[in-house]
Amino acid sequence: MAIEPPRQATTSRPASLRRALGRAVAVAFLIVALAAPEARARDQLVIGISQFPSTLNPLIDAMVAKSYVLAMARRPVMAYDKDWKLVCLLCTEIPSFENGRAKRETLPDGRTGASLRLTLDPRANWGDGKPVGAADVVFTWEVGRHAQTGVGDFETFRRILKIDVVDDKTVVLHLDRVTFKYNDLAGFELLPAHLERAAFQDPAQYKTKTLFDTDPTNPGLYAGPYRIAEIARGSHITLVPNAGWWGPPPAFKRVIVRAIENTAALEANLLSGGVDYVAGELGLTLDQALAFERRHGKKYRVQFKPGLIYEHIDLNLDNPALTDKRVRQALLLALDRAALNERLFAGKQQAAHSFVNPLDMAYDPQVKIYPHDPARAAQLLDEAGWRKGPDGMRRNAQGQALQFDLMTTSGNRMRELVQQVLQSQWRAAGIEVRLKNEPARVFFGETVRQRKFPAMAMFAWVSAPENVPRTTLASTHIPSAANNFAGQNYTGFRNAEVDQLVDRIELELDRAARQSLWKRLQAIYAEELPALPLYIRADAFVVPPWLGGIQPTGHQYPSTLWIENWRAE
Amino acid sequence: MIRYLAGRAAQSALVMLIMSFLVYGLIGLMPGDPIDLMLSADPRLTPEDATRLRALHGLDRPIGERYLAWLAAAAQGELGYSRLHAQPVTAVLASHLGHTLALLGTSFVLAIAIAVPLGVAAARRPRGFLDHTVNLCCFAGISVPPFWLALLLIMAFAVGLGWLPAGGLRSPGGDGGWTDRLAHMVLPVATLTLASVAGYTRFVRAAMIEALRQDFVRTARAKGAGEGRVLVRHALRAALVPVVTIVALHFGGLVSGALVTETMFAYPGMGRMIYDAIMGNDFNLALAGLVLATVVTLLANLAADLAYAALDPRVNLARDAK
Repeated sequence: MAIEPPRQATTSRPASLRRALGRAVAVAFLIVALAAPEARARDQLVIGISQFPSTLNPLIDAMVAKSYVLAMARRPVMAYDKDWKLVCLLCTEIPSFENGRAKRETLPDGRTGASLRLTLDPRANWGDGKPVGAADVVFTWEVGRHAQTGVGDFETFRRILKIDVVDDKTVVLHLDRVTFKYNDLAGFELLPAHLERAAFQDPAQYKTKTLFDTDPTNPGLYAGPYRIAEIARGSHITLVPNAGWWGPPPAFKRVIVRAIENTAALEANLLSGGVDYVAGELGLTLDQALAFERRHGKKYRVQFKPGLIYEHIDLNLDNPALTDKRVRQALLLALDRAALNERLFAGKQQAAHSFVNPLDMAYDPQVKIYPHDPARAAQLLDEAGWRKGPDGMRRNAQGQALQFDLMTTSGNRMRELVQQVLQSQWRAAGIEVRLKNEPARVFFGETVRQRKFPAMAMFAWVSAPENVPRTTLASTHIPSAANNFAGQNYTGFRNAEVDQLVDRIELELDRAARQSLWKRLQAIYAEELPALPLYIRADAFVVPPWLGGIQPTGHQYPSTLWIENWRAE
Repeated sequence: MIRYLAGRAAQSALVMLIMSFLVYGLIGLMPGDPIDLMLSADPRLTPEDATRLRALHGLDRPIGERYLAWLAAAAQGELGYSRLHAQPVTAVLASHLGHTLALLGTSFVLAIAIAVPLGVAAARRPRGFLDHTVNLCCFAGISVPPFWLALLLIMAFAVGLGWLPAGGLRSPGGDGGWTDRLAHMVLPVATLTLASVAGYTRFVRAAMIEALRQDFVRTARAKGAGEGRVLVRHALRAALVPVVTIVALHFGGLVSGALVTETMFAYPGMGRMIYDAIMGNDFNLALAGLVLATVVTLLANLAADLAYAALDPRVNLARDAK
């Protein structure tokens, strides 16, 4: 039994109810009107980057913008994650001697090679529903090792001598050598054989016929959480969820990558809502990001991630004054890099003490550190015969001044500021430094590549985790006219022990033993100083507060490889 | 007239040939090549890879040999493949040219439409209030760097007021309708128009002041012609001869694009395309873009010569060609 409500009350209800309903509807409209743009925005993510990719073929050409976009739509067999560990993305398990998927084998010429049994994820499909399989591995290897196709990273494919197909998802790769990176197939980006084989009929024409450029919105090219749905060249690329994706569903119905080359315009687009998020891999410069954080730090989260970008000064060891190790050490001791970091970079770019990144397992935390020690620098210079004159500048017995040209890329504001600070710190130590800058193209294309810098060249090395510095430190890689300027040992550093260490590190599979070799290599580097370590560069990610799940990696495998974890929160 | 046009066509062909050779040579003389860019972007590439790729792309061949090969192909209408865009050059050119013509064509027409009446009005009473005001605005317009003006407009109308998009061709993910495209063109067109209207106004004003001093203007007034007729039919017609020269020269720029404005507004036009092609050693694309700009400049100059004949009865092209 229910109690009947009082009649009077019911008779007066319709009018008040109408008014209340009217108000509620009005408020609801207002809420919907205000909330609708937000709700729409959360379905879609617009990422701003400062470069537009050229070819989208994963094997041809190397470009950060391409890697960044493709990482949303494709998956390499394996990659380094945010903790710099090699992880499977398309395979089930990383082959190793420990798990029995890798085996040593003797090659016909008597050398020791290795076989890797690789199984692809049974759920992995291309966007058109065709399974990602062994045929794709074999086809990719054929394309990758063909000299006419224009593939950049030839070495990844050249070291594979043969591939045996075990079943649709399993292959055995036979390698020509056993290095500590024997199971690193991070550069192995599979191509869909069922679509790309036709373009490979004439290998020399492959780079102009590949579907990645002639039909880039073909879903069958993609096996990642997203696929490319639209390309407006020079403007933007639109990605939508890939129906064939087997992993956790991505959060956004549409991801748009907008290329805005001018970083001031990129910032303006972020503030005006034209862009939601600026990627650290290809976004604002550090000074811009710091200024942005000061002005808009409450509305955006600015994340700084130190990366595998080693800013340093290469010293030309053919310069008579720089042949003396004491002068090189004095140059570093005279610098206050901690103050440089605090004053110019707000503490975001820590001083480097080695060519190895502190996040890398190869880094030696005990490596020799050069603090700011003007007294010790002065002592070393005195010992080397460079004494201070009445004008405060140092000269040798012949009266020659201790002076160097410090070169870098013109137009790079941050480097130019650093240059000025270094110049003033060295002047205080009695060393005259002249600044001489060139456009990046001239600087890298000729001055550095052909070792034409008379004393100092300031630039950055971008490397991979546990990257063996063969090309930059081995004496066999000093560029010269005789070797057509091949190699990147621009300092001209020659050290027999370093040459041996580089060989030994590559062949040492035991992690602990390898770490001790790395330790020795860094000790020699710190003692000999063929280059002056400056700082580890950081990428700035400008993230709106509602966007979560982005985990910057700090290396060349971009954060977008894990875009399925990104969420609107 | 046919003889005149044939002569100009032969001259133009020679200029294009010389231009293509100079451009090719200059790009070739620049240090570095695309393989250097690849090396800096991918730490896994070895010097051996670089050598192999240079050979594959023909970058190890002498520049003269490469130019002749390009010329032979171009003569057959084959402009080649753009390495930077991974597309045939003709496709890249067509797309960027369309965007640039829409942007620069609109601003060009607007600039002329604003500058001519302003210049005429200012010239009517030199040193008067209107003339001073117009001059002041013109000097301000000439002095303001386009990148700064662009940034100012973006900050005011896109960031501050939120009325217009800050850049791009159209809203990514939007319907791409004409209103959307138009909204995206407002700020870049305004930047370009404001930047060029000042210069054109000064030219028109100066030419009009000169024309208004001429005897035939005084005669027209003495014969009782109205002020409007004197200004438009007599003075402006004469004043347009030098203005046409300037406009024709600027017309070539319609095709070579507006690098700064395109960059600031992330607009994929010819200016950025040519710049990127030169800096990225995309020989095929850079050459095609620059030669196209040369052709349009030559055609614009030819059109200007024809316009002289139409505007000034003393000019006789058929007679001058003899």
